[in-house]
Amino acid sequence: MKILVTVKEVAEVEDDFEIDGLGIDEAYLEYDLNEWDDYAVEEAVQIAEAGDDVEVVSVTIGPERSEETIRMALAKGADRAIRVWDDAFEDVQLLDVAAKTRLLAAVVEQEQPDLVLTGVQAADDGFGATGVSVADEVGFEWAAVVNELDLDAEGGVANVRRELEGGVEELTEVDLPAVLTIQTGINDPRYASLRGIRQAQRKEIAPMGLDDLGLDASALDSPIELTGMREPESESDATLFEGDAGETAAQLAEVLREKGVGAQ
Amino acid sequence: MTVLAIADHRRGDLRDVSYELVSAGRQLADATGGDLHVAVISGDVDEFGEKLNLDGVDAVHTVANGEEFNHDVYAGAVEALYAEVEPAVLLMPNSVNGLDYAPAVANALDLPLVSDAVDFSYDGGLTATREMYGSKVETTVDVDAERVAVTIRGGEWPATAGTGDAEISAFDYEPDGELGSRVLGFEEVAGGDVDITDADVLVSVGRGIEEEENLELVEELADALGATLSSSRPIVDAGWLPPNRQVGQSGKVVTPDIYLAVGISGAVQHVAGMKGSDTIIAINTDPNAPIFDIADYGIVGDLFEVVPELIEQFN
Ligand SMILES: Cc1cc2nc3c(=O)[nH]c(=O)nc-3n(C[C@H](O)[C@H](O)[C@H](O)COP(=O)(O)OP(=O)(O)OC[C@H]3O[C@@H](n4cnc5c(N)ncnc54)[C@H](O)[C@@H]3O)c2cc1C
Repeated sequence: MKILVTVKEVAEVEDDFEIDGLGIDEAYLEYDLNEWDDYAVEEAVQIAEAGDDVEVVSVTIGPERSEETIRMALAKGADRAIRVWDDAFEDVQLLDVAAKTRLLAAVVEQEQPDLVLTGVQAADDGFGATGVSVADEVGFEWAAVVNELDLDAEGGVANVRRELEGGVEELTEVDLPAVLTIQTGINDPRYASLRGIRQAQRKEIAPMGLDDLGLDASALDSPIELTGMREPESESDATLFEGDAGETAAQLAEVLREKGVGAQ
Repeated sequence: MTVLAIADHRRGDLRDVSYELVSAGRQLADATGGDLHVAVISGDVDEFGEKLNLDGVDAVHTVANGEEFNHDVYAGAVEALYAEVEPAVLLMPNSVNGLDYAPAVANALDLPLVSDAVDFSYDGGLTATREMYGSKVETTVDVDAERVAVTIRGGEWPATAGTGDAEISAFDYEPDGELGSRVLGFEEVAGGDVDITDADVLVSVGRGIEEEENLELVEELADALGATLSSSRPIVDAGWLPPNRQVGQSGKVVTPDIYLAVGISGAVQHVAGMKGSDTIIAINTDPNAPIFDIADYGIVGDLFEVVPELIEQFN
């Protein structure tokens, strides 16, 4: 069996930052593996560890810098990785869901996995749509926001729990091959061990360009254009307490007491 | 310009976002002098159809097929409705079910997808407002296409009330072939020791606490204040507190007199569960954390310094 896990290197914004035109200055960004993808990787690796003959392939769309992140997936147990990038990407201002779908669908068609795991959403652009969109494109079944997975590869089905709003879970049976978007909390992602990190250095990260995927630059075309970026105007009328920890705590305590807190 | 909005429901009730979709849809339809169509799929569609005959709705389409949401039925039905209504904008909720069918529909119909919109305007084309980096940044995107699919974030538009004079009609849709996914049932997340929805005062802890052993500190604070301890999602994901303590979209909705958020950023899915609290107080090192936007009182500071001082104040 083959499991394809999509992973994304996401940018996290530091507490203080500045917006420069349509982006945030690099100096204020830190890069990390997308939180939701970390759980997807763990789920794939756990399936591989529980069964014979399971290959875990991870795929990312990202510049060379993102190899650092994708090595995290390799260090945690993915067998090999694919990094999709092309010079043509340099000019792309916004890779929308449709463009990502075309790229990842091409990878799915080459790799022919039985199962694709993605994160529910990416912490940076937050589209929350790529996994289900890819499923439609390649004609796989799917389930979004999965927080429990019981795979019956022989029976050709995945039994999943989908986490709905308000503490309710839906039990659903999905035919394979399928794309599942993974919610945090489904498992307990491991830290990459030193041995894993060493081994990851020797694992393959295959670069793939548009040509390799049978696509051309038109695959990146998007009718969605980013036209503005700003810090949201705070509608806050919060009273902020000033001073050192002792002073602010004392002021807050006063407010709490006025509201009857702590008066036993 | 016609707008088609797809309602959301669960276990016999229309969800709030359905009424918000009507406001959002009306906003767009007004901008172009067009009609607003609303569709409801599965469940008691006759009853839902009546309820969706709201102020500003021109037509309601009811699609009877099964009791509950099934994404294969939804995707197929929305695609068929789209062919019939030919809307310029297809509006869907960015709910958990929306996440499970809207991207498939947009892809199948070859529509650009703007997900999780918090606002939009229409001036020859659609301009939508979205957030990035966990609400730290707000962006606008312009869509250069005649037709577009949009999912809206819950709680961003007012709910529409007031009966309208929509034409309600049944739309026949039968999926061809067998469904590739089958909903087998629902389960409530287990209760547990306390009911955080009962508490008057909640001390809620987030990822800012860093380590499990540090939880003791906020437990001590909760004790000192006579409060109940709740948390954001990462604390539950890590197994440090049971699921019944989680506040938010997928956790519990709470409305205490006082909600003290300690080391919680205020992600939209968290805020969905606590914004109705009477008094919201935040302790966070990041002055730009979105939690301060909804807080009544705040301390920009390190919880490891502030919380011990606060405990001192009450002991
Ligand atoms: C479908 C879906 C459903 C979800 N449902 C929920 C839900 O029900 N509930 C929920 O909470 N989340 C939910 N989430 C997750 C949500 O998106 C956020 O990831 C989560 O709320 C973040 O939790 P946090 O604020 O504790 O952590 P973070 O966002 O990591 O924030 C930690 C905060 O702590 C501050 N901090 C760090 N150190 C200190 C210090 N020493 N002193 C003071 N402050 C400090 C930081 O500045 C930061 O603001 C859901 C997500 C999805 C996709």
